[in-house]
Amino acid sequence: MEMIAPAAQELIPNNAAATGDDALLEISLGPHHPSTHGVFRMDVVLDGERVVKLKPVFGYLHRNHEKIAEGASYLASMPYTDRLDYIGSLTNNWAYALAVEKLAGIQIPERAEYIRVITAELTRLQNHASTIGFLTQEMGASGSPLMYSFREREKILDLFESLTGSRMMCNYMRFGGCRVDLPAGWLDQTRKVVADFPGFLDEFERLLEGNEILLARTQGVGVLSRELAIQAGVTGPILRASGVNYDIRKVDRYGIYDRFDFRVPLGEHGDVYDRYMVRMLEMRESLKILEQALRDIPSGPIMDTKTKIRGFRPKAGEAYGRIESPKGELGFFLISDGSPNPYRYRVRPPSLINLTVLEDMCLGSNVSDTIVIFGTIDIVLGEVDR
Amino acid sequence: MLGEGIAKGLVETARNFIGSYFSKNRLTTVQYPEERLPQIEATRDFPFLVYDGDDWQAGMRCVGCQICEKECPPKCIYIEKSKDKKPDAVGKLQFYPAVFNIDVSVCMSCQICVEVCPFEAIKMDTEFELSTDNRFGGLLWDKARLSKPNAYYGKVHPTDAAASDALLAEEKAKVEAKAKAAGETKTNSELTSPPLATSGATSKQ
Amino acid sequence: MNLEKIKSDIEAAVPGCRLQIILNGSPSGQHSLLLGREHAVEIARFLRDDPELRLDYCSNVTGVDWLDSETSEKVKVKKLVDGVEQEVEEVRKTRTPGYLEAVYHLYSMEKKHGPLVLRLRPENRTDHVTLPSLTPVWRSAEFQEREIFDLYGIIFEGHPDLRRILMWDEFEDHPMRKDYVEPNDYEYEPTPHDAVLEKSKQARAIEGQR
Repeated sequence: MEMIAPAAQELIPNNAAATGDDALLEISLGPHHPSTHGVFRMDVVLDGERVVKLKPVFGYLHRNHEKIAEGASYLASMPYTDRLDYIGSLTNNWAYALAVEKLAGIQIPERAEYIRVITAELTRLQNHASTIGFLTQEMGASGSPLMYSFREREKILDLFESLTGSRMMCNYMRFGGCRVDLPAGWLDQTRKVVADFPGFLDEFERLLEGNEILLARTQGVGVLSRELAIQAGVTGPILRASGVNYDIRKVDRYGIYDRFDFRVPLGEHGDVYDRYMVRMLEMRESLKILEQALRDIPSGPIMDTKTKIRGFRPKAGEAYGRIESPKGELGFFLISDGSPNPYRYRVRPPSLINLTVLEDMCLGSNVSDTIVIFGTIDIVLGEVDR
Repeated sequence: MLGEGIAKGLVETARNFIGSYFSKNRLTTVQYPEERLPQIEATRDFPFLVYDGDDWQAGMRCVGCQICEKECPPKCIYIEKSKDKKPDAVGKLQFYPAVFNIDVSVCMSCQICVEVCPFEAIKMDTEFELSTDNRFGGLLWDKARLSKPNAYYGKVHPTDAAASDALLAEEKAKVEAKAKAAGETKTNSELTSPPLATSGATSKQ
Repeated sequence: MNLEKIKSDIEAAVPGCRLQIILNGSPSGQHSLLLGREHAVEIARFLRDDPELRLDYCSNVTGVDWLDSETSEKVKVKKLVDGVEQEVEEVRKTRTPGYLEAVYHLYSMEKKHGPLVLRLRPENRTDHVTLPSLTPVWRSAEFQEREIFDLYGIIFEGHPDLRRILMWDEFEDHPMRKDYVEPNDYEYEPTPHDAVLEKSKQARAIEGQR
């Protein structure tokens, strides 16, 4: 069973020549279009309203993050990781910190592990909340759902600001722990936000559950088969919506995820509706993790005392560290040659690799569905282009 | 019945709409700039240089060690070291920056300069209404523009400032004790000569 | 995962293939397997389909550029000095020619194990830069191999759609190579930094001449 990229196949139907080339319409969706979540373009060939070929074009935001990082110290790349997936900067911080910790063999203190889990799960909550908000917006539910989810997201961003000093560019984690300890009263504020969040999810479900337009627009649209999802290396909620039980929090059990009791929601059909529902359910599971972590968090140091932040030089070698970011598997591959700068610094961006299947999901659907399917991939161009 | 789900959803929007007249939770808009949200203490945007006392030049804590210049990820700091020395915050004779520029159009507010500074000299500000009509001149801040008193630091980040003051007081006490001990053993004219700068500052050369 | 066992399994399944274990000095302990170019696709297919391994998920594909390097080490050599055999220290220099490398990180979604790190090296980093593409085996390599082609200049034979991905099509060089030189397309901007300040002065001087 070989799955060749559609580019290799003859995509344009044979009768195209018979009806004349003008029967097929080649259009460029984007790059400046609100639905593309940034500067992203899809070269689409249309047969009437039906998509017969789609090529994603990106790189407009390319600044060669990897090259910059190879010319900078290990510490100096940490704030740049915030700018990859700028919706979830804390998970990016964690992935990078984890890779460096693997590379240098650093153990981090208990309290720091808990803080990392709490901040990462909060990041997942606000990422999924805004993703489903954007998604409903792209389906034409203008305003309300997006505003409701942004209202909730704002509460979490306030927590991030009072902890890290910044709402989105947190730059909070360090190899060996976290930068600052929790400010006074932060845990209580967080407990309150976590306690209120299910109310928002219930409200959101009441708002859209059973909505006939939503069901018609999502069910059976943009189906991604289980086999293709695995083959194309799709990760995150999209993979699980196709029914593959693969969550790196469960598989690698990085950090202290083995201590928490949570389940991995799976989809069955792999369509847009499943991807939407998997995200809704994942938020509920994140809340479970948060409740447990907020209950158990110990006191203690937040930084490994042996790790130097400035002038950090791991010995020569390489390491690949990965975490389950809200968008999928976010990995960092680092090669050290013993100097203060990484010799090779590679980001494995989930958004980019999830885009591989965009064409397969969109073929045969309408232009308006293409926008919805694209919305469920949940990409951030900062991460795709790097 | 077709449309039941939509109707249910519309009840929810109506609840939010009417609720916004009664519940503060549902009406989250703040009419900036007339209304302002309370400032969160940890908030950061651009760095400033802390000075002690009233005279910003004499009280400048920065010793021009250029660590922040080296560590700054987007390289927005430019420092030229002075030729002469002056006493720093803890009383040691130190260099001071003859030129200290931060290009805030390049700065990405990452706070790494604050973290690496061994002298508690650079801190993050919270001032955010900084728009100018000039990208080049208006956003390249020199040392006079960057200097702010320690009291200001205490006002914007009270917790951090208290910790930083305690740290400096401790160091100052150590330096004074050392000077005193040195003074007791040596009773000749060396007493009047200033102690050598022995901090961990590294010069660029 | 036992790398020795995987190596012997591959050798049994794909006769005549070249394999070498590359050790990793970091505490991560992620050692890798260097594959010969000729049998790479067959080996990849074996790794994916072998019921014990089932490495069905190729997570990360990346390029690495190693420049020519010279290492010197002190070696004790027995020599005849004035007719007497003596141990003399000599500095021996070994010159390693530079090479490009494609690194694949494989996991198994079915068996939930990994990573297995594969490395492929083209002949050199100048004119013989072709590697067999593993995209037919793992679709997830499609964009990532394109990225390596774009940024490192490795040509993947058998890739269905090998075009530039992040840089624009007319771009000529490969920016992630270690010896890449930035084009001098500096736009005038007065900033306070040494190198930029110099460039800025030059730009101003050129502007003055016009």
